[in-house]
Amino acid sequence: MSHDWPLWEVFIRSKGGLSHKHVGSIHAPDAELALRHARDTYTRRLEGVSIWIARSSDIVASDPAQAGELFEPAESKVYRHPTFYDIPDIVKHI
Amino acid sequence: MYTTELDKTPKSAVPISREDPELVAAFEARVAADEFIEPKDWMPEAYRRTLVRQISQHAHSEIVGMLPEGNWLTRAPSLRRKAILLAKIQDEGGHGLYLYCAAETLGTSRQEMIEALHSGRAKYSTIFNYPTLTWADIGAIGWLVDGAAIMNQVPLQRTSYGPYARAMVRVCKEESFHQRQGYEIMMAMAGGTPEQKAMAQDALNRWWWPSLMMFGPPDESSPNSAQSFRWRIKRDSNDDLRQKFVDITVPQADYLGLTVPDPAVKWNEEKGGYDFGEVDWEEFYAVVRGEGPLAKERMKARREAWDNGAWVREAADAHEAKRRARLAA
Repeated sequence: MSHDWPLWEVFIRSKGGLSHKHVGSIHAPDAELALRHARDTYTRRLEGVSIWIARSSDIVASDPAQAGELFEPAESKVYRHPTFYDIPDIVKHI
Repeated sequence: MYTTELDKTPKSAVPISREDPELVAAFEARVAADEFIEPKDWMPEAYRRTLVRQISQHAHSEIVGMLPEGNWLTRAPSLRRKAILLAKIQDEGGHGLYLYCAAETLGTSRQEMIEALHSGRAKYSTIFNYPTLTWADIGAIGWLVDGAAIMNQVPLQRTSYGPYARAMVRVCKEESFHQRQGYEIMMAMAGGTPEQKAMAQDALNRWWWPSLMMFGPPDESSPNSAQSFRWRIKRDSNDDLRQKFVDITVPQADYLGLTVPDPAVKWNEEKGGYDFGEVDWEEFYAVVRGEGPLAKERMKARREAWDNGAWVREAADAHEAKRRARLAA
């Protein structure tokens, strides 16, 4: 092999009712083989009921160096959390 | 498996002093706070290089580790044992793949790493350059070699580089089966005929010391350790892990009615652990230099497997190209 096959990211749904979760990556020439390789590499012990694969190069990620600015707007909005509000103990079920 | 730092004098990377001091300080603070470093985060060049070297050596060890056991697939004593051994070897291949992927997140390529292995430039664990002479060796490998590997790998689940730590979590989950199937083989052999028991003892005699070497040189001659500790790449010292391994393994040998081949092994009440003899470090360094009994044969087998599988890779490429052409038409 004079080149590496493209890289694919692998996502597994561990059981019905749960969402797919990233588990790792795999090299394969095409999507079909990527699925098969993902099966052999990441589900040898019944780890999943469904596999998604996506070309790694198609994934768009946020820049960790910009994480501060990116998530800052949420930091100053504590009133989005229920504990922000003072309700007397005597009031129930709220 | 097998994460011993094998290069005694790594080529020095970009000196830390030439990197942006603010970035270095922020990085050091994150690592000191036990945060995980992820692929796109800034990291010192030396941290990146150390990890590429360690993770790729670890991956190569998994891949080469398939060879000594593969020798016994066609000679396993029962279908049950054969199915188990196949599954174990497939796991080792999988572990190699998890680790190669983790190393690739640091900017190296699969191709570069495979070429480094096949050309003999890359190191892998010294343990695989010893021969597997009898079926009892398959038991001893699972019990001792995988046992030592688990001891080394458990702390690496908290290593500071996220993709490496996550690969280790998967590996550790799977490794326990390897050790238990090996010990079960040893139980069968040690409880068998006198000849079988003698084979089990012989396998223990030959694998004991090489297994202790898997933890790497003594702390005082482990030059890369200090840096790796500071960066939380390494979390326990070679000697501490070796002691832990001896402490849990000696009673396991007792249960089998076998004796570890070290007359100095003796319970030390005061330290709450076993005393044991000095490892032959000359032998270790000789094997690291590639003078192990089977170093050449292992690489030859590895290269042949790669070359003989070329047609499969080529067929997959041709299939992909044909489909792409059809789609375009």
